[in-house]
Amino acid sequence: MSQDEFRDMLPGHAEFQLPEPPAPKKMNGRRPVPEKPDEQLAKLEQTAEPEAAAGDVWDRRVAAGLAFLRRRLAGAYEVDEFGFDPELTEAVFHPMLRVLYRDWFRTEVFGIENVPAEGPGLVVGNHSGTLALDALMLTVALRENHPRRRHLRLLGADLVFRVPGMSELARAAGATVACNPDAERLMATDQLVGVFPEGFKGIGKRFSERYKLQRFGRGGFVSAALRTGTPIVPVAIVGAEEIYPILADLKPLARLLGVPYFPVTPTFPWLGPLGLVPLPSKWLIQFCPPIPTAHLTEYADDPLVVYNLADQVRETIQATLHELLQKRPDPFAR
Amino acid sequence: MVTSPPSVVVVTGVSRYLGARVAARLAADPRIDRVVGLDPHDPPARLHGLLDGVERIRADARAAAEALAGLGAEAVVHLAVTSVPDPAHGGRAGMKEQNVIGTMQVLAAAQGAPKLRKLVVRSSTAAYGASFRDPAVFTEDTEPRAVPRGPFARDILDVEGYVRGFRRRRPEVAATVLRFAPLISSSAETSLTRYFAQPVVPTVLGRDARLQFVHVDDALEVLHRSIVEDHPGTFNVAGSGVLMLSQAVRRAGRIALPLPETGLSTVAALVRRLGVEQIGLDQIDLFVHGRVVDTSRLVREFGFTPRSTATAFEEFIRSHAAGSSLTEDRLAAAERAILDGVRRMRAAADSADSRA
Repeated sequence: MSQDEFRDMLPGHAEFQLPEPPAPKKMNGRRPVPEKPDEQLAKLEQTAEPEAAAGDVWDRRVAAGLAFLRRRLAGAYEVDEFGFDPELTEAVFHPMLRVLYRDWFRTEVFGIENVPAEGPGLVVGNHSGTLALDALMLTVALRENHPRRRHLRLLGADLVFRVPGMSELARAAGATVACNPDAERLMATDQLVGVFPEGFKGIGKRFSERYKLQRFGRGGFVSAALRTGTPIVPVAIVGAEEIYPILADLKPLARLLGVPYFPVTPTFPWLGPLGLVPLPSKWLIQFCPPIPTAHLTEYADDPLVVYNLADQVRETIQATLHELLQKRPDPFAR
Repeated sequence: MVTSPPSVVVVTGVSRYLGARVAARLAADPRIDRVVGLDPHDPPARLHGLLDGVERIRADARAAAEALAGLGAEAVVHLAVTSVPDPAHGGRAGMKEQNVIGTMQVLAAAQGAPKLRKLVVRSSTAAYGASFRDPAVFTEDTEPRAVPRGPFARDILDVEGYVRGFRRRRPEVAATVLRFAPLISSSAETSLTRYFAQPVVPTVLGRDARLQFVHVDDALEVLHRSIVEDHPGTFNVAGSGVLMLSQAVRRAGRIALPLPETGLSTVAALVRRLGVEQIGLDQIDLFVHGRVVDTSRLVREFGFTPRSTATAFEEFIRSHAAGSSLTEDRLAAAERAILDGVRRMRAAADSADSRA
């Protein structure tokens, strides 16, 4: 017997209306699944499959999923010259990363207004956490919180692009090799570029050195920004240091495997693949006010200007890290 | 800058598809008085029709040297650069002989030709080598970071080296080097078109290269313009945009067969018995690293934009539809069938629910 029939049988309850369910609203951590698929998906659906608009939510979801699968299998999608595949990133990578971002790390973002709404930008952050999860979380943070939902184009170490499989995932997610021609090309086409100048020195450092910025290399990222007049947005990320605390680094083993470090954490390698589960620390991400560089374009090759600017970025990030750490006394707080 | 077209043009490599097409097009141009085709081999029968208006001299590169000066050539178009070893013409040894020694001798002859004004050399985007530290997009000024493994790519580096030497010795000659992306069209037979025409396409496991193609007609247009006009310098010639290898395989409706990189060429050679095209180190380098070039210099200098990579590939697919298994129509039909099935199942479940 359906609900309607049952209600009609009850005396005096024929006119009774069930109260409207409350509108979905943003809550801490979990967010209810929106009933309406977002605009981009709806547009894709309409262009691909007009009759999919009919039917209920699940019908539409199944239709959208199938249309997505068909487009992937037929190769009917666009990829930019760096190999960035927006459709795959949007439909597969980001939903998976969002679970980590929202439910596991309970990430909070501050100062998103400091990220330019349009035009190029160079986001420079502190690197930590053994595996470069902080870079991925930063991409999700920008995509989720920025009013224009901008994609962050990461610059990765060439080791990432040497490893089969990983290289293609990285390219599809919008990353490219960290070199000046690529960085300048991305910035010249008004993209938001993300870079971690500490590199492996940052993610491979011991837990005892957490939140101490390492050397910023030769400041190649600054000269790329200067050459294109791109504003630099320093960003401080707190939380990544605690996900895989490195207690020791087995250097000979690392050398044998051809990797920059071989971490020993409380769970890795003792628990095997389980050791790859990151500890659920609380993450805070703070974007700092942008540093304009348009007036310094002719100093791109001046080592002193480049070094001073890199130092300024480094100091800003270090100071912001201390502020954020005071906001978060307990690394595993809610 | 447009100067008067040369009156006598010498084209090398007319026994091959591109050379024959270029020579035919030059012969049809009324501004050019005389087109001479140089080639050590006789062209195959299917190219004979094209070469009607072309004087052909069958000569190897050394004999060509004397021919060049004697003919009073004003422009030399060097297209005798092969990308795959041809077992009929001596395999890899013959290929190297033709590419490297041939180029050396043609350029030496060109250097001694007193009336020469123009030199056009066919090169390839393989000149950028293949390294994991490479930038994603190559401009003409990018230096190769590592010596490539492929024999063709190594030949191309040698060829470009000889052209650099030629430019130093004859600075008044307008030397144009055209770095072509892989050529593709509905009719041309190249190793890459044969590769994509197979029903099962071997690829490299864990790698998905970014590819660019250029349509043969666009390549011909660029070659023709560089001969009748004056465009000294080095230019990338490719269709804008990028296709991933997996995407290209899917668009062609073929099935990819990912093989591990180590021993891929051996495996591919074994599978060749089953009708799969042989894969050499050149292809492996391309499929591991991908190759994307910036063509803004070409567009600016020639005022010509080749059709995009996706369009060129589309045209190629249409003429090679036979042998494709996962076509777009079939996928769409499967999608409709599954969707209908799901709807029917849910409708049945719903009615069962309401009955209960």
